[in-house]
Amino acid sequence: MGDIPENAPDHCPGTESDQAGTASACAGCPNQKICAAGPPPEDPAIQEIREVLKNVKNKILILSGKGGVGKSTFTANLARAFARNENIQVGVLDIDICGPSMPVILGCQGEQVHQSGSGWSPVYVEENLGIISVGFLLNSPDEAVIWRGPKKNTLIKQFLRDVDWGELDYLLIDTPPGTSDEHLSVVSYMKEAGVTGAVVVTTPQDVAILDVRKEINFCQKLNVPILGIVENMSSFVCPRCNKANEIFPPTNGGGQRLAEEVNVKFLGRIPLDPELAKSADQGQSLFESAPQSMVAQALESVVTNIKLLCELKQDSETGEHQR
Amino acid sequence: MQEAVRNNLESVKNVILVLSGKGGVGKSTISTEVGLLDIDLCGPSVPRMLNIEEQEIHQSNAGWVPVYPYGDASLAVMSIAFLLKNKNDAIVWRGPKKTAMIGQFVQDVVWSDLDYLVIDTPPGTSDEHMSIVERLSSHPATSAVIVTTPQQVAVADVRRQLTFCKKTKVRVLGIIENMSGFKCEHCGECTNIFSFGGGKALAEHFDINFLGCVPLDSKFTKAIEGGRRSDEETEKSSAGEAITDIVKKILLG
Repeated sequence: MGDIPENAPDHCPGTESDQAGTASACAGCPNQKICAAGPPPEDPAIQEIREVLKNVKNKILILSGKGGVGKSTFTANLARAFARNENIQVGVLDIDICGPSMPVILGCQGEQVHQSGSGWSPVYVEENLGIISVGFLLNSPDEAVIWRGPKKNTLIKQFLRDVDWGELDYLLIDTPPGTSDEHLSVVSYMKEAGVTGAVVVTTPQDVAILDVRKEINFCQKLNVPILGIVENMSSFVCPRCNKANEIFPPTNGGGQRLAEEVNVKFLGRIPLDPELAKSADQGQSLFESAPQSMVAQALESVVTNIKLLCELKQDSETGEHQR
Repeated sequence: MQEAVRNNLESVKNVILVLSGKGGVGKSTISTEVGLLDIDLCGPSVPRMLNIEEQEIHQSNAGWVPVYPYGDASLAVMSIAFLLKNKNDAIVWRGPKKTAMIGQFVQDVVWSDLDYLVIDTPPGTSDEHMSIVERLSSHPATSAVIVTTPQQVAVADVRRQLTFCKKTKVRVLGIIENMSGFKCEHCGECTNIFSFGGGKALAEHFDINFLGCVPLDSKFTKAIEGGRRSDEETEKSSAGEAITDIVKKILLG
């Protein structure tokens, strides 16, 4: 039995057993009261969130252990790429509470979230692309959200439960770096709603890969399926001489080697390109400002891979239902 | 409790927090040029950059002994990475546990005589930042260096960090703009990959010292990957020179 604590008295029935807290061995154990009370009641929000997200076909988490690898820029471009097809409904949920970048990157800074009878209504940058971010709740760009974990968790719960997304094909959830409150909360609140998969973003250098491994370890611990790994900022092609520079060198094989090692799909490489940074700063779509660029094409191929993986997943799920 | 902090850091003359609202702007890279405490619990990078990942922390009567990468007392390092059995292990902790760990780092580590204690932080303005500032509130010489990249997206987060410093009354020494401009290895052409000038404009807007730009430099990133100290190669690189300049400015106050 795996649920017997190391320092438990002899003959402990285990914390999850029917006899937990009531067996004779439990008498005098300091944990007896907690065990006897049974498992803590489940947060009702988990069921409510399942109801709310029932009409969302694919729920994708964008993760990275490392900061500044381009999670938000990638999320924004993924959303833009999906939304080019006007029949596809896309939602972006930014749960980076202390550093929300989505409003800038998607060009909707200063907008406000409206409350209606059916809940919070997202900010729409396209007819089929809605966004929710803490950035919309702040009064000025200088306002800092100086919050400890519990307050962040409450807001994430509200974002998941109280936003009226309508029917969505894709809900992309952009996360802050790390493996802490925000990540634990989003995964546990979506326990019943189900996460289709996580896309893990890294840059090629070992210093980043090291942190990204931790993120993969996190996904494994919490049973979050990983759709694959994207390597961002792969190399930089000098616009004058057209030769590649490895600014962040893949000392140990970069994202691809990491993907092989942890046995997940490698979704592709995205080069460094001033056009991409510029489009993010100006809140424009790269697919409109530089559709022919190498970076747009690289993104396109990664997006196709993700789309295919989501479709495959849906097929296998509906298949299972029919059986 | 505050008294205890004071005692353990009594022999530390200056404390410098390296902050940025944004991740991946090079906080840890900038930090490794002095001597330091890494409070990024979920993504510690300092040990990898100094090539001391395999080291362990020893316990002495006085408390935890930091790692001395160069064998002498010139640099003492403390990071959660030294406490992990496996480097792939994720620290999946909520705030209160992180706060407790940071408390221990400040209180239970024998820092001995230091001129500067540089503290590397994770991105954001949350548990780690509030905890460390609270812990240091009794130390008279605490100040912060803010790292950004030139992009608007990064600058937007850094503005929030400045608000944090103002609210918590931490003195800001200045702003560093990292990753500004890249000179092609082959033809020498300089490209502003992450646009240009964001750090300087921010410093002017908030009336704060601008400490300088550090260019993107593949020689430098390679050296960091190898975990080397500022040996000849890194010092000669343009990024190395820029950092040396900035360090001088900080030392002069």
